[in-house]
Amino acid sequence: MLKRRIIPCLDVKAGRVVKGVSFLDHRDAGDPVVLAAFYNDSGADELVFYDITASSDDRNIMVDVVERTAAQVFIPLTVGGGIRTVDDMYRMLRAGADKISINTAAVLNPQLITDGAQRYGSQCMVLSIDARRTSAAGAPPTWEVFTHTGANARSTGLDAVAWAVRGAELGAGELVINSMDADGTYAGYDIELLHAITSRVTIPVIASGGAGILEHLYDGYMDGGADAVLAASIFHFGDFTIAAAKKYLRTRGVPMR
Amino acid sequence: MSLAVVDYGAGNLPNVVRALTHIGAPLTVTSDPSVVAAATAIVLPGVGATRDTMESLIARGLAPVIRDAIGRGVPFLGICVGMQVLLDDSLEFGQHACLGVIAGTVRRFPDSDLKVPQIGWNEVYTTPETAEHPIFTGIPNGSDFYFVHSYFCDVLDRATIAGTTQYGQPFPSVLMRDTLVAAQFHPEKSGALGLRFLRNFVTHIAQIECEPTHV
Repeated sequence: MLKRRIIPCLDVKAGRVVKGVSFLDHRDAGDPVVLAAFYNDSGADELVFYDITASSDDRNIMVDVVERTAAQVFIPLTVGGGIRTVDDMYRMLRAGADKISINTAAVLNPQLITDGAQRYGSQCMVLSIDARRTSAAGAPPTWEVFTHTGANARSTGLDAVAWAVRGAELGAGELVINSMDADGTYAGYDIELLHAITSRVTIPVIASGGAGILEHLYDGYMDGGADAVLAASIFHFGDFTIAAAKKYLRTRGVPMR
Repeated sequence: MSLAVVDYGAGNLPNVVRALTHIGAPLTVTSDPSVVAAATAIVLPGVGATRDTMESLIARGLAPVIRDAIGRGVPFLGICVGMQVLLDDSLEFGQHACLGVIAGTVRRFPDSDLKVPQIGWNEVYTTPETAEHPIFTGIPNGSDFYFVHSYFCDVLDRATIAGTTQYGQPFPSVLMRDTLVAAQFHPEKSGALGLRFLRNFVTHIAQIECEPTHV
């Protein structure tokens, strides 16, 4: 049976891992290569490196981090953040990434998803969507896509569910659905958002933003329909180990590696 | 002794090379048909579509060389699409011929409520005949490996099926015939057991000694 996945996400800034609380107030959580090896050893199913800096110097540092990680960690590695062209993708894939996650660049130029999928295969293309709830309380829920993850997030006017569906049509192989409302709250994923998307697309969906306790992971899979969960703080600061999370999820009937 | 990793533009080539290097396998990365022809063992990586892969292998003059080497009994490991192209033909992006080393057709998973592509970790079960085979040394039956694929190998010669995985239906996840081994999963991305599978191929099937590593 295909297993549900737990994917630690390492936000990397200038070669160091940080984790934003609602994308802000960064706290240092260590060396990405060391953390990657640690998570690999403790049973992570994949890893995501998210480059939260944009300068070209830091991009070179990121290439080096990816190379050093891929030389010693042999599980799938996704790299995202600041990737704008198929040549940017090529550098990261060459350095050892297995998948490329794009967000803002895909909104600005949806063709980038198709170009990347045609050149490297859909399995390489992960479309990451930052979504914020826009509906009034009591109204049918709607979410809007935002770009430029972080303090300067920009409204796009795009409906998040429609964008997810379009992204799959354009060639994305997986979707990361990040709730900006839930991120950093430790109050759980936005299950309604996840469900709205997983019921509309046939590609795997990765839940992101808001996990604080292990039950939230369970809810993401079973109620949200997610194939995988992305998690950072819940593991980075030692609140839970991946092994403990998997044990808990297994006892609740979620297939785990 | 030289293990030739065939470079025809496959996206996962660098990571296959990294994994083989990590286990200390002596190797040559090559797109030169004469080097492949002279190799004592061959690894064919692969990711993407069979049509592109076959076109690339044919354009570089590698297809007949690989077919011939397998025919001569040169130890061979095909990974993912490098497994699929061993069959007679594939239906991906229109029916087209493949290497024809193993009888069968590469087909898409049928429509169901399962997601296609299958992405993630899934169990590989040996058959009674292959459970004790050296390729599975140190790998418990039913271990999880990492898969990414929309198409699977529908083989006619059931005797070549060495490992089976369930995704809506059982499909062959490991094929084997003499010194030919092929995996639908990505051993280079399947953690410690994936590395073990690669090491088993190199040391037991190809019979090339790995250098001691710092693992």
